[in-house]
Amino acid sequence: MATDEERAKVVVMPAFGRMLWRHGGEPGMLIPLLQAAQDSYGYIPPLAIEQIAMATGIPASEVYGVITFYRQFRLQPLGRHVIRVCKGTACHVQGAEMISRTLEEELGIRQGETSEDGLFTCLEVACLGCCSLAPVVMIGERAYGRLTPQRLRSVLRTVRRKTGRGA
Amino acid sequence: MHTVMVGLGSCGIATGGLAVQRRFQELLGPENGGVRLKETGCIGLCHREVLVEIVEDGRGRTLYGEVTPDRVDRIVADHLRGGRAVEEWIVDREELLAGQKRIVLRNCGEIDPSCIEEYRARGGYLALSRAVTGMSPGEVIETVADSGLRGRGGAGFPTGTKWRLARAAQAERKVVICNADEGDPGAFMDRSVLEGDPHSVLEGMAIAGYAIGAGEGIVYIRAEYPLAIRRLREAIAGARESGLLGPNLFDSGFSFSIRLKEGAGAFVCGEETALIASIEGKRGMPRVRPPFPTEAGLWGLPTCINNVETLANVPWILSHGARAFRSCGTANSRGTKVFALAGKIRRGGLVEVPMGTTIDEIVYGIGGGTVSGGPFKAVQIGGPSGGCIPASLGGTPIDYEQITATGAIMGSGGMVVMDDSTCMVDVARYFLHFTQNESCGKCTFCRIGTKRMLEILERICAGRGIPEDVHTLAELGEQIRMSSLCGLGQTAPNPVLTTLRYFHEEYEAHIRGGKCPARVCLALVEFGIDPDRCTGCGLCVQACDAGAISGRSKEVHRIDGSRCVRCGKCLTVCRSDAVRKG
Repeated sequence: MATDEERAKVVVMPAFGRMLWRHGGEPGMLIPLLQAAQDSYGYIPPLAIEQIAMATGIPASEVYGVITFYRQFRLQPLGRHVIRVCKGTACHVQGAEMISRTLEEELGIRQGETSEDGLFTCLEVACLGCCSLAPVVMIGERAYGRLTPQRLRSVLRTVRRKTGRGA
Repeated sequence: MHTVMVGLGSCGIATGGLAVQRRFQELLGPENGGVRLKETGCIGLCHREVLVEIVEDGRGRTLYGEVTPDRVDRIVADHLRGGRAVEEWIVDREELLAGQKRIVLRNCGEIDPSCIEEYRARGGYLALSRAVTGMSPGEVIETVADSGLRGRGGAGFPTGTKWRLARAAQAERKVVICNADEGDPGAFMDRSVLEGDPHSVLEGMAIAGYAIGAGEGIVYIRAEYPLAIRRLREAIAGARESGLLGPNLFDSGFSFSIRLKEGAGAFVCGEETALIASIEGKRGMPRVRPPFPTEAGLWGLPTCINNVETLANVPWILSHGARAFRSCGTANSRGTKVFALAGKIRRGGLVEVPMGTTIDEIVYGIGGGTVSGGPFKAVQIGGPSGGCIPASLGGTPIDYEQITATGAIMGSGGMVVMDDSTCMVDVARYFLHFTQNESCGKCTFCRIGTKRMLEILERICAGRGIPEDVHTLAELGEQIRMSSLCGLGQTAPNPVLTTLRYFHEEYEAHIRGGKCPARVCLALVEFGIDPDRCTGCGLCVQACDAGAISGRSKEVHRIDGSRCVRCGKCLTVCRSDAVRKG
């Protein structure tokens, strides 16, 4: 479980703390609590697992089991830019595979990983729902559609340049 | 007085709808210069997004497609200020919506979803008030049963029958759950309804609650749909304020409240019992039925679970009558079905067609045919649980039983069109990869069987298939179908079994011929460089780890087939589109 060093680093976030305090004992609150923890920290730190286990009376092992069952929950923090690669059917038939490969080559990370500089996290998602723009990638809140490997490379260059300027 | 409506469903936003809205605000100035600027949901014409509609009081409406912030300038100057429509950007709504019938999508793209008055102005909540003040619960159930409405989530269970079972269950507390865990990749109709017309679903839930005797409702919605969640929250709050949800509705003594529960991303949670486990805060794993949720569901209470599209039909049925609904469709499948049309299609988007419409009519008529202009090869219906229906069966009508007879299923309504550039083995591999990932792991055949099938398909795509593979795939598929507890496992082999049945020759070409006819599986294609396009820039030479590409600067490069490892890297770096797959 959480080491002392980790404990010192993690401060209980107010929103998450309130939720624990108010609803921790109610039935069926485990998933909303995990969602609140992730909203507050950006991921689920070991300390949050301990606290949730204590508040709900559900063993930490079971909490961990629920975390790993659902795709939404992360045990690692995210990079600065989250890249969501759409893996929906429409994107697949329009060449999403080449888009993933290009991302892997360009960033040196695979799906679910964060680049060493902490800039990018690459996530594959089932469907972003803009099928007529296939293939699609979302960087942060912005969707980039009708991508080709070449266009994706130039989009990534722009994002990098902007980040470098502190944007 | 003008009203400007900007289409801000997820697809509109993804195409840049917010920038268009901002530009309107900038140009119109404070208080929008007397123009009503509103947002609306998705009308379904995704291929023409961003859509902006201008309504002039008493003078009709104009729909503009492919609007960009730059184009807003001219629309404002010419249309809003000058009174002249910009003809070349107008979208002919009637032409594009020909052949469709809008029951579920009746309000999508027509109203501002955050405005309850607009929904009520179009007859919203009348069905609920009529039901609770003038009909007995039994009469409501009989009307729905009589309409022939069947579950739109995929399996097609008659809604009236489900309500009857839930009504018959003896308990003080019962629950209505709206299943909005739309997980099929390529299906987004539920999201569009929730974003564009959330009240129709809430009203449907309240009617269901009255019919079965439940006082509370839960919408189980994917967390990946932030906009739909926001609109639903607003809608619930709005309905509560207006007294359309809450205690003692319409002074009838019937009370109904609705709350949201966000899913956490697990495809299997679309299955009823897994969904219930997930709401209870557990791992979303299905359990054995019976008891069915209508007897013992959430926390052991009788629970009626209906899909978004099903519930959106309910108010329409009560206000127009069962007969109007029955008059549309085939003998066993009444009403309409919404499809998310995508893939190699010219006019992709959401379409709602009467049951009984044929696949050909949807693809060539409503969808405008394929992008390339050639014939389609197959349509994939029903997502990961469905199958590929070949063009030769294009005359198949949309009907639960007839679609099932082809080996696919109706499913929730994804329809992906494929042409010659789509490899069917690769499609089968794609879907199996998805279900394999999403298998919850409870049943051995689903957990391990799908893994073995996936390995075989990956081997075939990598050019290492062996002749027995085809037989092994069919056998494994049959066993998984027989030995899995829930719909996920029972239908997981469908994409493989249907492609084996209709596109056997493509498997043979991969295994025996060493070729991928669609040139999708990279291991089975030959790379070459088009001398007319190559600019001799050297990017591919640098990128090639195998050292297979040679050529001096500004001269046409060459690929040495014997050294090429077919990684496809040259394909992704070339800026002049000169790398060819042959």
